[in-house]
Amino acid sequence: MTKELTLTFASTVVDLARLQFATTSIYHFLFVPLTLGLGPIVAIFQTLWHRSGQEHWLRLTRFFGTLLLINFAIGVATGLVQEFEFGMNWSVYSRFVGNVFGAPLAVEGLAAFALESTFFGLWIFGWNRLSPRLHLATLWIAVLGTWLSGYFILVANSWMQHPVGYKIVDGEAQLTSVWALLSNDFALRAYLHTMLAGLIFGSIVVLGVCCWHFLRGDEVDLFRKAAKVALIVAVPVTALQLVVGNRFGEAVTSAQSMKIAASEAQWNTCQPCGFSLFQIGGFSKDDQTPSFSITIPKLLSYMATGSFDGQVQGLTPLQKQEQRKYGRDNYMPNIRVIYWSMRVMAFAGVLMFLVAALGAWLYWKKKLERARWFHWTALVAIALPYIAATAGWILTEMGRQPWIVQGLLKTSEANSPNVSTTWLGISLGVFIALYITLGVVDFVLMRRYARPDRPTPKEELPEPAVTY
Amino acid sequence: MDLQILWFVLIAVLWSAYFLLEGFDFGVGMLLPFLPKDERERGQMFQTIGPVWDGNEVWLVIAGGATFAAFPAWYGTMFSGFYLALLLVLFFLIIRVVSFEWREKSESPRWRTAWMWANAVGSFGASLIWGVGLSNLLYGVPINSSGDFSGTFWDLFSGYTVLGGVTIVTLFAFHGSTFLTLRTTGDLCERAAATARRLSVVAALIVAAFLSWTVAVAVDRNDKDVFPPILPAALGIAAVALAVLFVLGRRSGWAFVMTALATVLWVATIFTSLYPRVMVSSTDFANSLTVDSASSAHYALAVMSVVAAIFLPLVLLYQGWTYHVFRARVGGDEVEAPPLAPTAGGAG
Repeated sequence: MTKELTLTFASTVVDLARLQFATTSIYHFLFVPLTLGLGPIVAIFQTLWHRSGQEHWLRLTRFFGTLLLINFAIGVATGLVQEFEFGMNWSVYSRFVGNVFGAPLAVEGLAAFALESTFFGLWIFGWNRLSPRLHLATLWIAVLGTWLSGYFILVANSWMQHPVGYKIVDGEAQLTSVWALLSNDFALRAYLHTMLAGLIFGSIVVLGVCCWHFLRGDEVDLFRKAAKVALIVAVPVTALQLVVGNRFGEAVTSAQSMKIAASEAQWNTCQPCGFSLFQIGGFSKDDQTPSFSITIPKLLSYMATGSFDGQVQGLTPLQKQEQRKYGRDNYMPNIRVIYWSMRVMAFAGVLMFLVAALGAWLYWKKKLERARWFHWTALVAIALPYIAATAGWILTEMGRQPWIVQGLLKTSEANSPNVSTTWLGISLGVFIALYITLGVVDFVLMRRYARPDRPTPKEELPEPAVTY
Repeated sequence: MDLQILWFVLIAVLWSAYFLLEGFDFGVGMLLPFLPKDERERGQMFQTIGPVWDGNEVWLVIAGGATFAAFPAWYGTMFSGFYLALLLVLFFLIIRVVSFEWREKSESPRWRTAWMWANAVGSFGASLIWGVGLSNLLYGVPINSSGDFSGTFWDLFSGYTVLGGVTIVTLFAFHGSTFLTLRTTGDLCERAAATARRLSVVAALIVAAFLSWTVAVAVDRNDKDVFPPILPAALGIAAVALAVLFVLGRRSGWAFVMTALATVLWVATIFTSLYPRVMVSSTDFANSLTVDSASSAHYALAVMSVVAAIFLPLVLLYQGWTYHVFRARVGGDEVEAPPLAPTAGGAG
């Protein structure tokens, strides 16, 4: 009985730690991709200003630059929590993986985060102190920093999904090849997928904000120029993401068969396999056949393997396989959550492509600033990248369960043994309260500085001057 | 040299860099409610650290990441053991980080006052906890045989560790005031210098007391001889004493150099007293974590060493350049230049 009690208790500690990690990392990732995508767009505006000397590009640089910085501040603040949280809530995990997983995190700080933090500082305060060319360079360097940062973080995360370049010594993972770690196929595909997501965030948000101004008839000429840049980014990027997301799926199929099977609620091995667009029921062992479903023949085979006749393993045989390999346990993630997070992400991705394509068509027909129905659509579409990214991370992280490091360490055995439910409860409460407050203030500020009747500028545009 | 020792030294260096740089940021933050007499001067104080605070905080991120990578067991035990303390640090740092960007987004006096206090309280709280936290590594906390912290939140507080926190708060305030003396002009600069004079003697006495006590703790609780811990401790006391002399003699440049040195030597004294342990166990001394037992394997350390050899000088170089770019004093007749003026100027 004591043992049972301990087990129940332990599972609540792990559940709370997981809830905390999910909350803080999803929240962090609401701000990160906008920085990744808005950064280069603002840098493009400033480059255009630098090249042409036309004032409207400078105004757009400053307008969207303000949004970028309001957003960047929260990204920084919440990023620190992520770094600390591994050690605070997951000390067993930290000791097990530190040798491998710690390296990309440390390199991220040294090679990337230092770059972005220092150079954003230079950019913000350097308007009147640096030559225009140097000042423009500081922004591009800061953007480079954010993109490098994303790479190292995804190298670290991908090692949890598909561990490479290590050996296990005395129950701890030890790095054996840094090259294998950095060129992990899973990481490269995840990186491309995530950076494209960032550009989608940036371009869809810029497009939505422009449409808000069209709707109010505010500075239509100015925002038409911004909308054009946003559409030039959004159309190819949203289209490419549909392909890249697919290719990423293939990497997942080979590294994490269970995740793919769960994301399709595919109980039995199939060949060829249809892609289920929508289904009712079919999410549990006792109810494997959906009572209603819409399926596209052969599409899943193509998405998961790259061939229309490819084989996709089912949950039931995979569960048996894993049991033989790792012992008795449940190796299936939460099927319903995984199935729907996959669909929410994919459908949002397709919708964003449609919005971008429609916007481009309207622009081409010179109707963009008059199509009010589209303005509302684009404004609402600002929510789509946020929804897609959140669903994507839920799929990635919950789809890996019960593992914290695929095939090596289970989540239930990785938490800090000395951290009690009380401590976890307190910290979760503090983070939720703090994050809600920050989120509300951020939203109010973003809205205030993005809206047509934003605070009027107090000063004239500065004369960028060379002081030395 | 053994790579484990190299990384122990590097982590000490990273903490030193963090304390040296963010130390004056925190100091400026703590002085915000007291030093300026109007909103314009508050803006000037914010401006002295505005361009650099984020770059300075990077050193904490690097120190954390490096500890994770080079000493996973240390990272795991320290971060899970100092749980509530680190939660508080995160809270303080977050409210402080957003205060920089958000304060100027509205002209409303209540809004501005609120974020000024967020910065001040965040700076004070984070300084206090870092002081208490690092002192605890040496003073010892309950660690069981599997290397886990087995105490409570209150085990982090003893006379010695609380003095460690108070020392860091005072030293950072002093360091911040010598920094402001160099970075401002006119009346604000005068008052910063006066504050530095007032803080100097108190800071010197507290630092001297704490560093002496540290040597005693190293001998008592960490099985060390008086030498070498006495060396950085004595130098630290000398630095802070010289800082007093320079402040009173109105040599503000040298005064800043000395408060910076005192900050670095504070960290150096703790780490010298710690070696070869990284966390002392107060329950069973044998459970203490050591450089050997807590470190990563050779290959990972070698890779990290190469990365550090390339990027550390690079980061120092461009951060140094940043200080050069923003070397002009803030203030005088110059209107507070709002970052990204036209839209971010923030008229209410």
